[in-house]
Amino acid sequence: MTTQTTAPETPETPSAPSTGASSSGLFGIPAAAGRALAAGGSVLTIVATFLAWTWTSEFPGDLTVYGYPGGLQVLVLIGAVLTTLLTLATYDVKALGWLVPAGGDAAVKFAALATFATAWYTVISISVELGGVVNLEPGGYVVAVTSLAALVGALALPFERPEPDPIDPDSTAWENFRHSLGQGWNTTKAAFAAESPRPVGKLPSYAEILIIVAALALGLTVFTYGIGTEYDELFVGFLILAGLGFAALNKAGLIAHVSQITARHQNITVFGAFIAAALFPFTQTDDQYATLGVYILIFATVALGLNIVVGLAGLLDLGYVAFLGVGAYAASLVSGSPNSPFHVHFPFWAAVIIGALASLVFGVLIGAPTLRLRGDYLAIVTLGFGEIFRITANNLDGTSGPDLTNGSNGVASIPNLDILGFDFGAVHDIAGFSIGRFANYFFLMLIITAVVVLVFRRSGNSRIGRAWVAIREDETAALAMGINGFRVKLIAFAVGASLAGLAGTVQAHVTYTVTPEQYLFAGPIPPNSAFLLAAVVLGGMGTIAGPLIGAALLFLIPNKLQFLGDYQLFAFGVALILLMRFRPEGLIPNRRRQLEFHEEAEAPAVLGKTGA
Amino acid sequence: MSTETTTKDTAPGASVPGQTVLDARGVTMRFGGLTAVRGVDLTVNSGEIVGLIGPNGAGKTTFFNCLTGLYVPTEGEVRYKGNVLPPKSFKVTAAGIARTFQNIRLFANMTVLENVLVGRHTRTKEGFWSAVLRGPGFHKAEAASRKRAMELLEFVGLDSKAEHLARNLPYGEQRKLEIARALASEPGLLLLDEPTAGMNPQETRATEELVFAIRDMGIAVLVIEHDMRFIFNLCDRVAVLVQGEKLIEGDSATVQGDERVVAAYLGEPFEGAPGDEEAAEVAQAEASAADAEATASDADATTADAGTAAAEAEAGAPADADTTTDAAPGKENDR
Repeated sequence: MTTQTTAPETPETPSAPSTGASSSGLFGIPAAAGRALAAGGSVLTIVATFLAWTWTSEFPGDLTVYGYPGGLQVLVLIGAVLTTLLTLATYDVKALGWLVPAGGDAAVKFAALATFATAWYTVISISVELGGVVNLEPGGYVVAVTSLAALVGALALPFERPEPDPIDPDSTAWENFRHSLGQGWNTTKAAFAAESPRPVGKLPSYAEILIIVAALALGLTVFTYGIGTEYDELFVGFLILAGLGFAALNKAGLIAHVSQITARHQNITVFGAFIAAALFPFTQTDDQYATLGVYILIFATVALGLNIVVGLAGLLDLGYVAFLGVGAYAASLVSGSPNSPFHVHFPFWAAVIIGALASLVFGVLIGAPTLRLRGDYLAIVTLGFGEIFRITANNLDGTSGPDLTNGSNGVASIPNLDILGFDFGAVHDIAGFSIGRFANYFFLMLIITAVVVLVFRRSGNSRIGRAWVAIREDETAALAMGINGFRVKLIAFAVGASLAGLAGTVQAHVTYTVTPEQYLFAGPIPPNSAFLLAAVVLGGMGTIAGPLIGAALLFLIPNKLQFLGDYQLFAFGVALILLMRFRPEGLIPNRRRQLEFHEEAEAPAVLGKTGA
Repeated sequence: MSTETTTKDTAPGASVPGQTVLDARGVTMRFGGLTAVRGVDLTVNSGEIVGLIGPNGAGKTTFFNCLTGLYVPTEGEVRYKGNVLPPKSFKVTAAGIARTFQNIRLFANMTVLENVLVGRHTRTKEGFWSAVLRGPGFHKAEAASRKRAMELLEFVGLDSKAEHLARNLPYGEQRKLEIARALASEPGLLLLDEPTAGMNPQETRATEELVFAIRDMGIAVLVIEHDMRFIFNLCDRVAVLVQGEKLIEGDSATVQGDERVVAAYLGEPFEGAPGDEEAAEVAQAEASAADAEATASDADATTADAGTAAAEAEAGAPADADTTTDAAPGKENDR
């Protein structure tokens, strides 16, 4: 049953029209002309990025200079270079064959789309912000035309059109309309579809490790660039280019190749990823973006802990942020805050153990009665418990209840950590780089993240992890296989809780103050339960990279797109709906899900109305 | 897919031949006012294949669920090797009774190998800390589990598909995988709930061979099935449930010859009823078929039968392979 049958097709003739399905582009341009247009258009786009696009530096990024690109122009330049390379690869340029293991045409389409979208976004936002197209310099017009030309050329590349559904003669006009809409959608999908990539050849291991290093370096660069974008327009352009560019590389089959290679050297990849993450503070000149980094890391770590509960064991926990809160409160109360009724100052390791243990106890207390429930009921009960925690913390202020948490004012003035004489609050100079307070905590948090990743990886790939997945897949069958469902679920719940508690202990120090309002079910500032769950689902359930990337995106997007303002949650909802519609398995699909012919199983068979 | 049954050594859960493995006495199951099973006695001895048949709604599955701990019988008791069954299904599995399901319940998004490894759950001990710390004991146990799982996959003929997702297997192989998963818990008794439902004749014969092979490993088997040819070929004894009560129990010939069984399946013929001639014809045909079976039911004939079945299964293998590739999910979307 090997459907990894990638017939060695040359990219030049990407889908032999053998099945009678017509093979042509979306436009009536001959394929060769389209390819030439795409290549020419993208080369000219490269040139255009070196021109001035507007006359005034009022538009951020300084796009007024002839000679070198700035701001958004750089992004367009990157997109155009990618398009050019991919297009050349489809010309069978030998040196570029490795770029398109899955055939280049779909990748060219996506890359051209990325360039086009970024360029036009820039041009349009210049016109809108400065009040009219008169503000465009010739370069702006040129880039608009050339990127459009490249896109038109790319879309003219041939693809295998799906067999059209026969039209039911009895159907009404509305049904016919829907039918033609569906037909158009299928055609569009086919136009952007790529073949499955040919399997990656065995390279010498040093070469494979170099590829991994390169991929990680690229990841770090992209992440650092995204985190360091200084104005909204640049971040939007970054998102457009990164999203569509990633799609292009994915369609080219490069992502599949890299993930095959990383799968061969898992330990090196994980280790390398941590090195890359640890290098992040060194790329920053001040502490401003290291702040974002440490918050992202806290959020991502908690999301990864939640992934054990939701992704592996399939227990929908809507009150997960409470465990983070328990850990944070427990650590803050024993770490020498003046608001703490205990007036003790334990060393950090003791605070960590206390925080994790408190969360563990809390997790078992909540889990024991609720884990007998399944599905929706569990979700609702955990949601309730999450709120109970917050309200309780609010009320333990000495008036409504015993004085423990200082109510809504929270436990404040938590002192900075000092481990073995290393003061986390001070700026340190390491090898000529100045490492500020948040960067210090970034390193500490990175260690916690490593612990969580280790626990996730090892427990996931073991007897207990298999039992979790079995429970998720089919609880009745899992019980019949001798798995003590309740016990196994309780372990998942407790492990997830204590990992969140672990992150909470660091969070308490990073934020100085622990208040109940940090641990909402839903709110504009992550981490909250809804965002945590969204990070897991968006990134990909059951994976390690998924929640990390999902959390990074969910943290950066609201943070960078300040102009969204009150519509932030609305936009977030819309984005989530779209993602669930078009990529339900998340950005990084689970190994289990992508193992084999996922795409085929996933794609709805032609379930037109003829079948109904 | 070879089922050389004689070369297999005995399973770890196997017991001494002749020992009573399962002893159900007076099992009654009531749901409110409805009595689904009433006073059923059934024993299964080791090395035996026992069939449980009955028309739809006769209470077979309810009785099955009483045996697997999903239900606790209202009256009566079920003993496995002399011990009363615990009331939780996972404890029953740990005690040594494994089951398959009428509608396949595999862990669809796990690989074939992982499915079998989940079946090993009760026979391994490694907990959470052992998994995180990964001491030498962990690696040893994991390797042993994998080895045993691969043996079982080889036994059912799925070793080449160990890394496939369970949901991508064709139907017949999913059934086999379910059996392999059940065997992984090293049971002394295997309960099969309609193992050939939805199978074509070749697949049914292959399953027959598989069940014989399991029996030869020393595992007692209790089968629910609607395919009478399958049941009467396979089982040493057959019990018939009708309306929650055991009508008759005995060897194939006895059961097939019993008028009440025929009546239970086809209804009582009555005078002047439209279609009673057809019913009579069918009954006659059944009876003659039963006769033919009865004459051929001595031991030699059975083994000969099994031999030819095996040969046919071999011959059917290429065709089988074709159907499997056809049935591969997603294939049709490739067009």
